Amino acid sequence: MVGRRLRLLACVLSTAAVGSCGGNYNWGWYVVLPTTAQGQTNIQFLLGGLWTTISLSLQAIAISVALGLLVALPGLSEKPTWRRFNRVYVELFRAVPILVMLLWVYYGLPVVLNIKLDVFAAGVIALALCDSAFEAEIFRGGIQSIARGQSEAADSLGLSYGDKMRYVILPQAVRRILPPLGNQFVYMLKMSSLVSVIGLSELTRRANELVVNQYRPLEIYSFLVLEYLVLILIVSQGVRWLERRLQADERQGR
Amino acid sequence: MNQIDPVAGGDPGSAAAPIIEMEGVTKRFGEFEALKAVSLEVGLGERVVVCGPSGSGKSTLIRCVNQLERHDEGRIVVDGIELNDDLKNITTVRREVGMVFQQFNLFPHLTVLQNLTLAPMRARKMKKSEAEAIARRYLERVHIPEQADKYPAQLSGGQQQRVAIARSLCMQPKIMLFDEPTSALDPEMIKEVLDVMIELAEEGMTMVCVTHEMGFARKVADKMVFMDQGQIVEVGTPTAFFSAPENERTKKFLSQILDH
Repeated sequence: MVGRRLRLLACVLSTAAVGSCGGNYNWGWYVVLPTTAQGQTNIQFLLGGLWTTISLSLQAIAISVALGLLVALPGLSEKPTWRRFNRVYVELFRAVPILVMLLWVYYGLPVVLNIKLDVFAAGVIALALCDSAFEAEIFRGGIQSIARGQSEAADSLGLSYGDKMRYVILPQAVRRILPPLGNQFVYMLKMSSLVSVIGLSELTRRANELVVNQYRPLEIYSFLVLEYLVLILIVSQGVRWLERRLQADERQGR
Repeated sequence: MNQIDPVAGGDPGSAAAPIIEMEGVTKRFGEFEALKAVSLEVGLGERVVVCGPSGSGKSTLIRCVNQLERHDEGRIVVDGIELNDDLKNITTVRREVGMVFQQFNLFPHLTVLQNLTLAPMRARKMKKSEAEAIARRYLERVHIPEQADKYPAQLSGGQQQRVAIARSLCMQPKIMLFDEPTSALDPEMIKEVLDVMIELAEEGMTMVCVTHEMGFARKVADKMVFMDQGQIVEVGTPTAFFSAPENERTKKFLSQILDH
C-alpha cells in the first residue's frame, strides 16, 4: 500500500521533471532544492505554513462535522418546521462561495455585528460554515439509508432518541458515509488555501510571498502542489484505514 | 361486536381489568383508512391472535399499541397509561411492551449479547453485569446460549428471530406484540420460533400475535380476532372461530387458508 503511494509520488515528480525539459522556459529548481543554502531557506519558509494549514483544516472539519450532524437531524424530523430549518440552512450555506464567506466573516462581521476575529478564527469559521451544509446532506443521506426497521426496533425497546441515534443508527450510518466524508475532508484541505487571501500565513500564502521575492512562480507553485498532495494522500490513507477497521468490526455481509 | 365473553376466555386473568384498551381507533395513511374506529380489549395474561387478509390493518392495529403508528382518532390505554401527544407516556409504554418484527430487525453492528443488553442498560439504567446475566438467562430460554458472542448475520433466520424475542424479553415487558414473526422464515425454521412463543404463552405472558399460523392459534389463543378492510369483523374463542365462524368474510378467509 505504502509502496503504491510512493510510486504515485515518483510518477508525479517525474512528470514535472519531464515537463521541465521541454519548451524554452528556463527552469530554476534551485529555489526549492535542498542542495543549496538558498533552497534550504526557501523550503523551510514554505514548510513553515504546514502546521497552520493542518490545524486550520482539522479545526474547520471538526466543527463542520459536528454542525453538519446538528443540522442533518432536524432534516429527518416528522415536524415540517424542523425540516424547513434544515432546508433553509443547507440551501443558504451551500450557495455561498467560500471566498465570499471568508471576506464576509473577516471584513463583514466587525462592521455589522462588531465581532472582530483574528485571521485564523475567521478562516476556521468561514470554512466550517460553508462545509457544514455539505456535511449535513451527507449525514442525512447516510442516516436515511439505514433501514426503517432499525429505528422501529430501537423505538419499540423504549430507547430515547439520543440513545437510538448514538447506539443504533449513527454507528451503522458512519460506515456508509465514510467515503463521501473523506471526499469532503480532502476538499476542505484544498479550500483552506483560500484563507491566504485574508492574510493567514499558511502554505499558499507563504508560496505567494516567496514568489514575490524570488520570481520563480512555476517552481514554487509546483512545490506547493506537492505539499498539498502529500497532505491529501495522508488523509485518504487515514480514511481508508478507518473504513477497513469499521468493516472488520462489522464482520457481516449485509 | 367485540364484547369479551368472560366465560369464553377460560383464563381467570381475562376477567380482570384490560391491560390494553382500544376504543374507536382510526388510523389514516393519507386518504387511506387503515383502521376504521376499531375497538379491542386485551386482558392481563390473555393471548390474542389477530388474522385476516393482507392489507386488512392487522399490523397497523398492533403497531398502534406501542405507537410505532400514531393513531388519528380514538383512545388507546395500555397498562393504565393513555397514549396521547405526551411523548413521555409513549416511551414509558414502549418499555413495558415488547415487539417482534417480521424482519427481526436485529442491530447488525452489535453482537447478540450487545443486542440484548443495550435497552436494559440505556433505558432501564441497569448495570452491565446485571444486564448480561439477564441476557444470558433469556438466551438460554430461547435455546441459543452458545450464540451470545456472534453477530446477527452469522445466525440462521430462526435463530435471529429467537434472539429478537429474547431482546424484547430482556426489558421484562408486560405485553409482547408479534408482527408476523414467522412470515420471513424458511419452513424448517418456523417450528423453533413457534415453540419459543408457545413456551412464553404457557408462562402466562400477555401476547398479541399477528400470524397466519393457525396451528399455533388453536394451541395458545384465548381469543381470535379477524380483521378485514380496517375493521374487526369477528372475535371469538378459537373453538368457535374455527368450527363455526359467523361472518361470511371469516368463512371465506378460513376456507382459503385452511383448505390446502
